[in-house]
Amino acid sequence: MQSPPAGASPRIPGAAPSRATPPSRAAALATGAIEARGLVKTYPGPGKTRVRALDGLTLGVAKGAIFALVGPNGAGKTTTVKILTTLARPDEGTAAVEGIDVIAAPAQARRAIGVVAQRSGADPAATGRENLILQAHLYGMPTRAARQRADELLDRFQLSEAAGRFVRTYSGGMQRRLDVALGLVHQPRVLFLDEPTTGLDPESRAAMWDEITTLATADQVTVLLTTHYLDEADRLAGRVAIVDRGRVVAEGDPAQLKRDLGVDSLDEVYLRHAGRRYSDATRLAEVAGR
Amino acid sequence: MTTTTYPERVRVAPASNAVASDTWWLTGRKLRALSRQPAVLAMGVIQPVIWLFLFGEMFRKVIDIPGFGYQGSYLAYLIPGIVAMNAMSSNMWAGMAMIEEIDRGTLNRFLVTPASRLAIMNASVAEQAVSTTVQTLIIVLLGYAGGAHYPGGALGIAILVLASIEVGVLWGALSNMTGMLLRAREAVIGVYTFFMLPLMFLSTAFIQPGFLPGWMQAIASRNPLNWEVQIGRSALSANPDWSAVAVRCGGLLVLALIAVAISVRTFRSYAKNV
Repeated sequence: MQSPPAGASPRIPGAAPSRATPPSRAAALATGAIEARGLVKTYPGPGKTRVRALDGLTLGVAKGAIFALVGPNGAGKTTTVKILTTLARPDEGTAAVEGIDVIAAPAQARRAIGVVAQRSGADPAATGRENLILQAHLYGMPTRAARQRADELLDRFQLSEAAGRFVRTYSGGMQRRLDVALGLVHQPRVLFLDEPTTGLDPESRAAMWDEITTLATADQVTVLLTTHYLDEADRLAGRVAIVDRGRVVAEGDPAQLKRDLGVDSLDEVYLRHAGRRYSDATRLAEVAGR
Repeated sequence: MTTTTYPERVRVAPASNAVASDTWWLTGRKLRALSRQPAVLAMGVIQPVIWLFLFGEMFRKVIDIPGFGYQGSYLAYLIPGIVAMNAMSSNMWAGMAMIEEIDRGTLNRFLVTPASRLAIMNASVAEQAVSTTVQTLIIVLLGYAGGAHYPGGALGIAILVLASIEVGVLWGALSNMTGMLLRAREAVIGVYTFFMLPLMFLSTAFIQPGFLPGWMQAIASRNPLNWEVQIGRSALSANPDWSAVAVRCGGLLVLALIAVAISVRTFRSYAKNV
């Protein structure tokens, strides 16, 4: 049996994407829907130390793909999403979305991306329709187009009946659907979903999965999602990256990842790569069994 | 859920009107919320109004002290002070709303759109201006109901409102900055507690300047809250000293602009690294 790799081990050979290192930064920015290379991000820690949230994270997402980032809390998933969505700047590394350098040209990048953050962000004191219309205005749509777009999205996300109600009266599932609708107002080519189904009931989760699949297939939107649910990643994503301690420790399509380790669930793959307590426990068991 | 065919990609307004139009839409959001909860505005003036009538009654006889003068009504004397107090105290809670929007993720939602950063702060300033105007007018009306007269007329009241907006924007901006930098409600409360009463009592809000000890007079003359009190009192009188009003209005305007500029800078750096 293969011994479990340590937390910050290099990527598993064979699971790594076959993309060759590009000759220049410009070329790096030209390919794929999302390209992040060598991202380093530190935050002030206790005393004069700095906590490394990202430690050379690299990932690439092809156009039209559904890509899942999984990993323990604090592994760097949300920091990665923040950098890719122009909310934070990395200390080192490059990041591009749809060929637009998010660090050098954030304003341009913002038009290409849609973001559904972990925290809702919808204004609870406004109605669903008002939230959508305001969002459309912020992308520069004139009033008539904004209203039309809001109605389209309300319809698509089955919120038409609740359109005139204050968002604070919405159920968790309705609020999450509104969040996704808000992220899609301007028809982005790339959509970031940070833990889209956390806290949803099974029915709402299933509906969200359908919607994400539809987005990638029918609308050809590239989707990058983070999740704690490995069944979700397994089911939805064409590629999965396991992030631990600020690096990608394994990447590949879910079937491949499972085959590589000879296991039959993505949970197992995850625990092997990023489950520190589990690793120690298995190591002990192995020693004891010898 | 069904798929829709998308219309052609949205055309975007040029950047030059973006600040104006984004300010418009974002201010609209704030004012709509305000108009749906008029009780919140009214509750805000309750405390100042209690001061107005309690102090007005408790100290009504001070008007008889030789040299106090002022229309023979202490209530009328108090009004500009209470307006100033309200403008300061109600806008010092702006930082709370800022923290709320940060915690809820609303601010980040705006920051990932191309919306103008300046417009996001403008909306906050515009909301403070509108709410302060309404509250000032409520105090003026209640004062009138209580027997105060305004010889300065509509123009005097307009100047009083203007000065209260300046003070409101000044403290609103400082409170927003505190909220953004420290992201702790305690800090916003701390700023309030630290400044509110000292600035109120180191002013002529409650008593004619001649009755204050020398050191207090010296501080009061440099206290922006006191400038507002003096502007209001002069503008509401029968013979306003317009040049003094103009100088103090200008002084408040400069301070308010500086405070807004600092808070916009703080916001821009916040937005770069959420």
